[in-house]
Amino acid sequence: MADPRIGIINKRLEKVKRVIAVSSGKGGVGKSLVASTLALILSKENYDVGLFDADFTSPSTHLILGIKEIKTEEERGIVPAKVHGLKYMSIVAFSREKVLPLRGADFSNALIELFSTILWGDLDFLIIDMPPGISDATLDIIRLVRKIEFLVVSTPSPLAFETVEKLLSLLKELKVPVNGVVENMKVKEGLFVKRKVEEAGVKFLGEIPFDPEIENALGNVNALFKTDFARKLGEIASKIISPSV
Amino acid sequence: MHEWALAEAIISSVSEIAGKEGLVEVREVKIKVGELQQVELDVLEFALSELKTGIIKNAEFVIETVEAKLKCRVCGQKWSFSKNKLNAESIEAIHFVPEVIYAYIKCPACGSPDFEILEGRGIWLESIKGVK
Repeated sequence: MADPRIGIINKRLEKVKRVIAVSSGKGGVGKSLVASTLALILSKENYDVGLFDADFTSPSTHLILGIKEIKTEEERGIVPAKVHGLKYMSIVAFSREKVLPLRGADFSNALIELFSTILWGDLDFLIIDMPPGISDATLDIIRLVRKIEFLVVSTPSPLAFETVEKLLSLLKELKVPVNGVVENMKVKEGLFVKRKVEEAGVKFLGEIPFDPEIENALGNVNALFKTDFARKLGEIASKIISPSV
Repeated sequence: MHEWALAEAIISSVSEIAGKEGLVEVREVKIKVGELQQVELDVLEFALSELKTGIIKNAEFVIETVEAKLKCRVCGQKWSFSKNKLNAESIEAIHFVPEVIYAYIKCPACGSPDFEILEGRGIWLESIKGVK
């Protein structure tokens, strides 16, 4: 007849003002770093922010944020952990250091279970670090979360952008709001991505130069804040906070 | 306590379906709960009895647990889930998100983690009976 968990998902997100999925057509473009750092930046701006790592098979936000243990609580549902001022949830809280291979249907079921039981409470922003591509995760998030918006990350590589273009087409077709595209790991001048994004009728939010120091800052939030990457993403964040900027 | 979240989902879903079907009173709700959910049935039943209001107030909830059956995609072996072989931490993890079973269980015949959950996961509203 019906899976009762699905119906409750949007009620669980009732007090969350904006839900932003940080996504890309390809892996390795810096999506998790953008999602984690964006969540930290918004929190520093005094917004109430949640970060949900939906990359169940390759979660990495806990490593970026230097989280050793994810302490969730159980109180008529799952209360997310509180880390660096964020409400935080990752499947690592349950799979721990183990390998978690998941096929599509298993991913969908895990996503439904978590979205129906996590109590996010009042939030200005819930940032979701998405797995790459346009398969189950993307389709499920669009299907399940009514107020979803997408923030798309690309690199200057035509290969990465080729997949981003497909993601943008899908989002357009499904009438899902897109905040815009961030061009990450920029190494030389060039307008290829900007031009293509604008041709697609999507907002180009800005570029982030390749930052060789970023690897050294992983796992250390204070060091992360001091990177050029975070500074540049801070400028982009203001366009996400106020889309008219 | 995770059972309360599931109970809330059930009540919300029953209200919605009953409304759509034009019921003025719900008499009986049949629910199937997968064994992998590791739900404590008495807690779920208590939560349902506490949360039911309005046209569901007098409804009886009939809960059936569906045994978890697993089948290896590599060698075809079929087996049943047995929590006795897992430690308390793993059982608790599976209780919260049944799909983390793939982190803790492998095929007993070939050792592959690529197996199918044939049945026994999730939660399902089987039927709702009431008065129109």
